[in-house]
Amino acid sequence: MDEAGQRGNDGRSVVSTRTMEAVVAALLFLFGATFVYQSYELGFRWAVEGPQSGFFPFYVALIICGSSLVVFVNALRGKAGRSDESFVERGQLWKVMQILIPAAIFVLGVQLIGIYVSSVIYIALFMRFLGKYSWLKSVLIAAIICIALFFMFEVWFQVPLYKGRWDLTSWTGY
Amino acid sequence: MQDLAYLFHGFAVVLTPFNFGLMLLGIVLGVVIGVLPGLGAANGIAILLPLTFTMPPTSAIIMLSCIYWGALFGGAIASILFNIPGEPWSVATTFDGYPLAQQGRAGEALTTSFTSSFVGAFFAVLMITFLAPIIARFALRFGPAEYFSVYLLTFCSFVGMGKGSPAKILASMMIGFALSTVGIDIVTGQLRMTFGLTSLLKGFDFLIAVIGLFGIGEILLSMEEGLAFSGATAKINPKVVWETWKKLPRYSFTFARSVIIGIWMGVTPGGATPASFMSYGAAKKFSKDGDKFGTGVVEGLVAPETAAHAAGTSALLPMITLGIPGSPTAAVLLGGLLIWGLQPGPLLFQEKPDFVWGLIASMYLGNVVGLVVVLALVPAFAAILRIPFAIIAPVIVVICAIGAYTVNNSMHDIWFMLGFGVVGYVFKKLNYPMAPLVLALVLGNAAESSFRQAMLSSQGSLGILFSNGLVGGITALALVMLFWPLISKGLRSVRPARTTKLPEEQPVD
Repeated sequence: MDEAGQRGNDGRSVVSTRTMEAVVAALLFLFGATFVYQSYELGFRWAVEGPQSGFFPFYVALIICGSSLVVFVNALRGKAGRSDESFVERGQLWKVMQILIPAAIFVLGVQLIGIYVSSVIYIALFMRFLGKYSWLKSVLIAAIICIALFFMFEVWFQVPLYKGRWDLTSWTGY
Repeated sequence: MQDLAYLFHGFAVVLTPFNFGLMLLGIVLGVVIGVLPGLGAANGIAILLPLTFTMPPTSAIIMLSCIYWGALFGGAIASILFNIPGEPWSVATTFDGYPLAQQGRAGEALTTSFTSSFVGAFFAVLMITFLAPIIARFALRFGPAEYFSVYLLTFCSFVGMGKGSPAKILASMMIGFALSTVGIDIVTGQLRMTFGLTSLLKGFDFLIAVIGLFGIGEILLSMEEGLAFSGATAKINPKVVWETWKKLPRYSFTFARSVIIGIWMGVTPGGATPASFMSYGAAKKFSKDGDKFGTGVVEGLVAPETAAHAAGTSALLPMITLGIPGSPTAAVLLGGLLIWGLQPGPLLFQEKPDFVWGLIASMYLGNVVGLVVVLALVPAFAAILRIPFAIIAPVIVVICAIGAYTVNNSMHDIWFMLGFGVVGYVFKKLNYPMAPLVLALVLGNAAESSFRQAMLSSQGSLGILFSNGLVGGITALALVMLFWPLISKGLRSVRPARTTKLPEEQPVD
């Protein structure tokens, strides 16, 4: 295999489970805190007509803050063992990014040129570079899949899908 | 007796050619979804939901519930032949299923698992047939306080019966509730938690969360594990099926125990996954071959499969009678009901008997047809797993994106889906449970409004949750469930050591 294959087997740890636990708990706490603040702004008490809009989210957000604190503390004083294991190894992260980043670019593509065209490009490139298929095979399979999807959604079930800011499929009439 | 008449009417509804065709289509689609990693029953149904908007509701629910049965069957194929659980509830199936397949007994293993699934589902449907009308009639007397106490029980059960850290279960549940409050407050009409963003006006649709958390998240995990499909070949013929069936009655006791575990875990929102593990554990403990479990014991296959299917099926009982789903998949079906303009809950039995009994009849027929379909078509379904991951992965991402878009015809939702995917990946790796998040997101508005209505009628006193025997009993049970981690820890520390320590002093985790 080439460089990509080697990178996929890199076993060095990127971040430990313990650190990740603490970071996620801290983020959850922030999330909860924003909701507490928002509910406070909305009013979380009782008005003449009953509980105000912020009443329910206020207590929900308080519980988020409380439980994320517990997770945070547990992560910090957690027993050695699982929490010192690697959350993700470099090779694993590389593989995850191999699918996550193209997927994000694909979604951007959907926004710009619509779901069908960007799907063809996405599937074909994915097959070509990660699956090592020939250009011909990649483009052919990608095109067949997307044409099948087009017929299924636009023609048979009549569910129009997103055509993007610049509609490249307008010539089809759908 | 009138219910039985309705049931037979339901069979007549299902057996019309159109509905029967949809049933077959649903089963086949479901098995495909169940076999593929990254596409599960919950997100598979969420993706296909928009395709049913134009169908009559009864036909739509028949097709979608059959996808569910198909997915329950399909999960076993990937587990046994490839040692890859296609669904979370088939993880326990790999323990004894894959060793059996390696010994060249794949046909026997598949037959056993399909038959067990069928038995589990059959008894769960029987239970639903007889209990559902009774519960629905009973629930007609429920007021807002009763409803809120049932919601409370549902959510507290997650804490009491879930595995892992109670703090994480609570956190994940409350994130669901918090996200459900985003958008317009249904009681006062005020905008909440939108941070001034127009894309948040409509709030978060739980279908998007399901597609992201379970679909994209699962693909990321599969990719990380570096899936390589290499598995046993499936040969199944009538002789193997017959030989296996002759041997199965000797496990009647295991069947019975697994059915009971499954039904219990399905009705209370434990779900199919914990049910399968619990049943496997119980079988291992009680069997005389207990120490051979994991090396390819038929009994170790019967237990988790029966329980998973029984749980998956009985999760629909609280959904059709109370409007409270017992699992993420049931939640998606509930979302479907709302979209088709049906109000889930006890009134459904009176107002739409066609729909309810059509659904129940389709559970019986769907499982019979499902058993025949999977037994006949195993090699074809196994072939799907030989399609390289480099093709499957981008196609699943594309299908998830389409599914997310069609829910509300909104481009923002595709971005949210991607975000939920990353959250799903991280949460799964850190053992945050996802079912409570999804159920809280679905039920958030209903739970909040029943709470506020109850509070209004009691002028803000929580005493209404104990105002009569029924509501008080349910609330008390909910509180026991909520504090169960503390109570069980307390019991455990009190009993062997005979100390007088207060249970409350024990740390949660």
